Amino acid sequence: MVAVPPERHLVRGRDLADRRYADPELTVAHMAAAAGLSRAHFTREFRRVFGETPRGYLLTRRMERAAALLRHTDHAVADICLEVGLRSVGSFTSTFTRHHGCSPTAYRAAAPPAQVYARIPACVVRVHGRPRHRTFGEDSADAPA
Amino acid sequence: MTTIRMNATQLWVHDQDEALRFYTEKVGLELKEDVTVAEMGNFRWLTVGAPGQDASIVLMAIPGAPMFDDATQGEIRALMGKGYAGTVFFSTDDCRARHAEMAALGVEFTQEPTETPYGIDCGFRDPSGNHLRMVEPPAGA
Repeated sequence: MVAVPPERHLVRGRDLADRRYADPELTVAHMAAAAGLSRAHFTREFRRVFGETPRGYLLTRRMERAAALLRHTDHAVADICLEVGLRSVGSFTSTFTRHHGCSPTAYRAAAPPAQVYARIPACVVRVHGRPRHRTFGEDSADAPA
Repeated sequence: MTTIRMNATQLWVHDQDEALRFYTEKVGLELKEDVTVAEMGNFRWLTVGAPGQDASIVLMAIPGAPMFDDATQGEIRALMGKGYAGTVFFSTDDCRARHAEMAALGVEFTQEPTETPYGIDCGFRDPSGNHLRMVEPPAGA
């Protein structure tokens, strides 16, 4: 029996963000609990291993989902805001604009037809579609604690 | 023209016995080969596969010498823990039912069954952190 690498616990915290991004109550504290670590230790180790903060990861996960919903559905922007776990449409719009370089409406208008993506597995879309901004301010209305 | 077929793919695992239990008791694969070679330092060749299919997964423990130096071994173990050491895609005829069965067995899911253009898709991990997917193709596909 070989010891489990410590990264195995961190990825459980990140998996929680991937799985429950739509829950507006989800916080870094929940991610840390899933990893079995204190919040401060989890945040420090997450940053060391994955190169970004847990909060940043959760927010870009939500922005990635929002972009996918804009491309693949006809849901209204206000509905997509709620569907990705954010509560304030104004804050959602400004965060999306900062990450994707254009407003949700402009992003939707510029996206190619949905069938272009049809053969690409959702997990690949999720990883490659996540905005890459590593440093950003927080739109406090939607920032998890 | 000669033919070529998919035969096997390989995943790193940190514990072969644990991996074997996971893939046979929770995923539903069956043991194909389990050979320990004394003259190769008790190297254990362990493969699992879907019943009735030739293609198999080779469950490689993380070896030390002679295959890897300590530093490389550490890097692979870290990648494995982060879930970056490979993905295997399965298909099923009922993703939601299979997901419910596996979740009841304690499998860690990274994504609940979700409708996609190519079918109903979900994601989970093995005990080593390897990323696994399971899709139910659309009817008629």
